[in-house]
Amino acid sequence: MNSISGLKRRAALVQAIRQFFFDRDYLEVDTPVRLPCVAPEPYIEPVRSGNWFLQTSPELCMKRLLAAGAPRIYQISKCFRRGERGNKHLSEFTMLEWYHAGIDYMGLMNECEELLAFLAEAIGLGSLVPYNEMRISLKRPWQRLAVADAFRSYAPVSMEEALSANTFDEVLVTSIEPHLGKEEPIFLFDYPASLGALARLKKNDPGCAERFELYAAGLEIANGFSELVDPAEQRSRFMQDREKIKAQGRDPGPLPERFLEELEYMPDAAGIALGIDRLAMFLFNAETIDKVISFTPEEL
Amino acid sequence: MYSASDLRKGLKVSIDGEPFIVTEFEFSKPGKGQALYRTKLRNMITGNSFERTFRSSDKFEKPDLEERTMQFLYSQGKEFHFMDTISFEQITIMEEQLEDNVKYLIDNMEVQILLFENRPIGVTIPMFVNLTVTKSEPWAKGDTSGSDTKPVTVETGYVLQVPPFIEEGDKIQIDTRTGEYLTRVKE
Repeated sequence: MNSISGLKRRAALVQAIRQFFFDRDYLEVDTPVRLPCVAPEPYIEPVRSGNWFLQTSPELCMKRLLAAGAPRIYQISKCFRRGERGNKHLSEFTMLEWYHAGIDYMGLMNECEELLAFLAEAIGLGSLVPYNEMRISLKRPWQRLAVADAFRSYAPVSMEEALSANTFDEVLVTSIEPHLGKEEPIFLFDYPASLGALARLKKNDPGCAERFELYAAGLEIANGFSELVDPAEQRSRFMQDREKIKAQGRDPGPLPERFLEELEYMPDAAGIALGIDRLAMFLFNAETIDKVISFTPEEL
Repeated sequence: MYSASDLRKGLKVSIDGEPFIVTEFEFSKPGKGQALYRTKLRNMITGNSFERTFRSSDKFEKPDLEERTMQFLYSQGKEFHFMDTISFEQITIMEEQLEDNVKYLIDNMEVQILLFENRPIGVTIPMFVNLTVTKSEPWAKGDTSGSDTKPVTVETGYVLQVPPFIEEGDKIQIDTRTGEYLTRVKE
């Protein structure tokens, strides 16, 4: 549990997030949390609520708002993922998600840098963030490292070897993540196409998805990409992921048909999900996620 | 049956037919990626520890473990005989398995015996035991060696350091976690 003064710091952070997006002419939206269907994700299990689901992220509804004509939107909402609990995980957590029409993932990385620098300034931290024994400099630009290069630098196997042995995540977590963002935040970018179900593929390299992850002090803070806006391609990827879910013995639930219908009206855009609890851990130098929230599930 | 999501510190699981206890546990998961359950496990029979990472699909049997209160009856060579205080069933444990506990075992002492598939794999003795001193050198008043303890032997044959005023026939309390003298016990 967090102290009241800790909750005040967190409230100031959330206030600053709203200020950042207000200043940049973003529309704050508030989409439903309880949904009849969610995007099929092989490794994200939704929490059921009657015959419906609690959202695992607000992605599909927000993309429908882009398709309906909103060019810049953001949302701060609760997301729910079954079985996720650890020092950096909560089954119910707070997500900041935003979409920006007309830019791609590289432009979105710039916006991430601006946001974090703005927030650190707003809460009185300046450009040097202490975390554990580290001092993380927020001076821009931050390092951008292709995933394949990260494997080359830190892992005992190549990205291709890890993918074919189905150990990509294991190698990432154990060999690579601990090195990421120890001096300044870092973007890992260009993920294998199979790991970016809702991301656009690179034009000159279709084996790669235009996806990135932001890390600071070894913490995974955000995941963003150039959005896939091709409904046929999106449907076929959903179908593939549904098969992976079925192979685990899980029910993939119905396909999000409304989203797929409206996707053709969505403009080119980039979008990102940023964990506010993780961001608060980083900015407030908290070793566990429990220290930045009002109550843990165990305290309820 | 346990699944990986049941893993936590202190959980006992059966792997390849042997009992293990989870001594360290960490949940990790890249946002979009697979959940990984990183553990440190200790084999409850051999005491060996190792690290192992599990995935959501991993399953474990519950080990067949039972703890029973038993009374120490007698020893014969390297064999130590115990009796279940409820069922009166008798079992034998070899001296090596008792490890340091041998130093404190006296007739009729009640201990906790951990059984895995009905085989004894561990013995927990009381934290404090009272034992009688059977051999002690008299303390020479003029001892100038500067030492403020002296060695004595207790009824089990265990030798330890005690304050100089302890004499043969005294009963002393020993902390079995450290093997050290705590106090003299008044009869």
